[in-house]
Amino acid sequence: MLRDITIGQYYPAKSVMHRLDPRVKFVGTLAYIVSLFIFNSWIGYVISALFLAVMVKLSKVPLKFIVKGLKAIVVLLLISMFFNAIFTPGHVVFKVWIIQVTEEGLILAAKIGIRLILLIIGASLMTLTTTPNQLTDGLERLMKPLNKIHVPVHEIAMLMSIALRFIPILMEETDKIMKAQIARGADFESGNLIHKVKSMIPLLVPLFISAFRRANDLAMAMEARCYHGGDGRTQMKPLVYKKRDMAAYAVLVVYLAAAVAMRMIGI
Amino acid sequence: MGIIKAAKLVFDYLKYTEEGKEPEVNRAIDGVDLDIAEGQFIAILGHNGSGKSTLAKHMNALLVPTDGTLWVDSMDTAEDDDVWKIRQKAGMVFQNPDNQIIGSVVEEDVGFGPENIGIPTDEIWKRVDDALAKTGMISYRKHSPNKLSGGQKQRVAIAGVVAMKPKCIILDEPTAMLDPNGRKEVLAAVRELNQKEGVTVILITHYMEEVTLADKVYVMDSGRIVMQGTPREIFSQVDTLKKYRLDVPQVTLLADELAKAGVDIPSGILTIEELVNALCQSN
Amino acid sequence: MSIKLEHVTYTYSPGTAYEMHALKDVSLEIPDGQFLGIIGHTGSGKSTLIQHLNGLIRPTQGRVLFDGQDVWAEGYDLKSLRSNVGLVFQYPEHQLFETDVLTDVCFGPKNQGCTPEQCEERAREALRHVGFPEELYHKSPFELSGGQKRRVAIAGVLAMNPRVLVLDEPTAGLDPKGRDEILDQLKELHGTRGITVVLVSHSMEDIAKYVERIIVMNGGQKAFDAAPKEVFSHYKELEAMGLAAPQITYIMHALKEHGMDVDTSATTVEEAKQSILAALAERREKQC
Repeated sequence: MLRDITIGQYYPAKSVMHRLDPRVKFVGTLAYIVSLFIFNSWIGYVISALFLAVMVKLSKVPLKFIVKGLKAIVVLLLISMFFNAIFTPGHVVFKVWIIQVTEEGLILAAKIGIRLILLIIGASLMTLTTTPNQLTDGLERLMKPLNKIHVPVHEIAMLMSIALRFIPILMEETDKIMKAQIARGADFESGNLIHKVKSMIPLLVPLFISAFRRANDLAMAMEARCYHGGDGRTQMKPLVYKKRDMAAYAVLVVYLAAAVAMRMIGI
Repeated sequence: MGIIKAAKLVFDYLKYTEEGKEPEVNRAIDGVDLDIAEGQFIAILGHNGSGKSTLAKHMNALLVPTDGTLWVDSMDTAEDDDVWKIRQKAGMVFQNPDNQIIGSVVEEDVGFGPENIGIPTDEIWKRVDDALAKTGMISYRKHSPNKLSGGQKQRVAIAGVVAMKPKCIILDEPTAMLDPNGRKEVLAAVRELNQKEGVTVILITHYMEEVTLADKVYVMDSGRIVMQGTPREIFSQVDTLKKYRLDVPQVTLLADELAKAGVDIPSGILTIEELVNALCQSN
Repeated sequence: MSIKLEHVTYTYSPGTAYEMHALKDVSLEIPDGQFLGIIGHTGSGKSTLIQHLNGLIRPTQGRVLFDGQDVWAEGYDLKSLRSNVGLVFQYPEHQLFETDVLTDVCFGPKNQGCTPEQCEERAREALRHVGFPEELYHKSPFELSGGQKRRVAIAGVLAMNPRVLVLDEPTAGLDPKGRDEILDQLKELHGTRGITVVLVSHSMEDIAKYVERIIVMNGGQKAFDAAPKEVFSHYKELEAMGLAAPQITYIMHALKEHGMDVDTSATTVEEAKQSILAALAERREKQC
């Protein structure tokens, strides 16, 4: 189940999308999400779906891989569509017991569904084509102005990249501790809720201790390598906008402008 | 003065048991004197809890002495202003390979140190290439550290230190969590740095096989240096080593047992070759 | 009365791009009361193998039998299997979680449904067996030294009174003295309680000193399964697998090459010493 979530995963490939500056991809993803809410017509959805299709094609990430990631949100999607379908007042199409489905509700549900699917694909396309490090670098640079109001931007970015590195290690560790406790007769599955929560103690205590020990070790290793915050730090891979990034921004502006224009003239 | 020199070094760990009460004092280092010449391969041996790791952390200014002084390249580690210079001169590799790699791509991790000391971008790339080549990890530069073996991770950690161009590398039990092949890999990398690049190496370990190639061996017990000398001198004292919870390689032990049984054999045999020669010559 | 693996194959993430065969058609039997060593380099499948012994993982193909019963058959009580086959993982001290040593060791027996009195009795006995000092029973396990923590963790499994004790590198990271102490205690347990011990180790010297049979794993398959002397006589093949024989094996072979009439199958320092002394005496007689 956890394995199926492709959101947040990186798919290594050599494509234009992979080479784009992470800032462009971040801004682009935001712009795309905004566009999904600006568009409010079927033709608008077709345009945004086509736009996304081109981006996916450019990314060289197999469509199958992206679709697999959608599986994880199917339940969420169905629930939100269901509630939209039954709680929207209007012309009743059919009625089961006290639940009535309206025409307006169905249309809204379809729209919500399309938006959500496009949104998830759009967002996962960013993480699929950007390494966690590039992403944090990009965020750090984009948020740099916030430094002026004393937001510790560099520290936040460093925190994020370390967390991303340690997630797989801690997952593996969880698995190991769980097995070790099962070997000692622990039971993580049966029993009621209270029992289950209690049975997690032999897993959580060692896991926390291990996480703290790792954090302590890592802090020391970072200090030993002269880490002393963002001041006076240079970068091995500084972000520099290239021509293709500017072109990408231009495409984004045109796309967003089209969305706004269509909304204003009411298509 | 050598690259690292300690004079009457003392370090106390303080443990606060209850609020308002005097802390418990635990003396981890108790009057250590050391003088390590540049370019040497030094091994520090000792059982767990003998104070060897605490001593190592002083050489990188991660800990400062409670009493006495430690100099790295003539800089006093107690001086706050020199701390980053000291850490650049004396790099450190730790025991757990997972807990010292920061980057999620090998080359980015190696670049972490140079970034911290403000090296210009072009120069960082040169240093990263160079450090990866010297540790034999260049073909793994784009890999995720999580996918590497323990020995490879430790080589990445060593490369991360090498990229800072240190004069001295301190390795705090770098092989304790590795399998025999990983151990060999790491030791080979360290030896090459010492011999080809002239980097001073201080290897802290409790594996006796790893110290046979050292120029000088120090043995620690309860915070003191209790033995020092060449590997041969140290290994000729099998019983004393046992007293300090250490052992010797099987070949040394066998030679010692044979000598005790009356065979005419020199003491401090380190290699299989030496033993074979000694036995074939003795009657 | 044994553990038996019949044609066990285990595949990680079958049917995906990450598919990996950790075990390929492994069959073996561990009779009661044996002191068995398993060696193999990292990734050879030995960790996967030992997790099959107490039903932590289910073979993709093949059967695991305990006392002749298929442990994956419908209705088999896996909990009882895990009581009978204790598994001590690598760095077992990472699983300690209780506030004091004694309570932590009681965790296993408690899960088996023992009364508090029985739990404590078993915990005390297990701690005695691993040579853990009584004055530390009520200390927090997190305040102990590395070697002591390791003992507590091993006692935690031992307190479940298993008939088979499987240990994955129980001496990793310990200093030489700590290593010898733990291995000696295991040997004693094996002798006095007749417990079956399965020891996974990277140290050929330790394996040679303690076990009566060695299984060598390589690429998910059993490469050798024989007595130590027999296995180490294949030291060249072992090297090809990224392993090695004990240093003694190399010494004896080198001496033999130089014309000394020694027993090349010696694997411990004591055996080597006797063989060399005998060879020297013989040489002296000839010269006279």
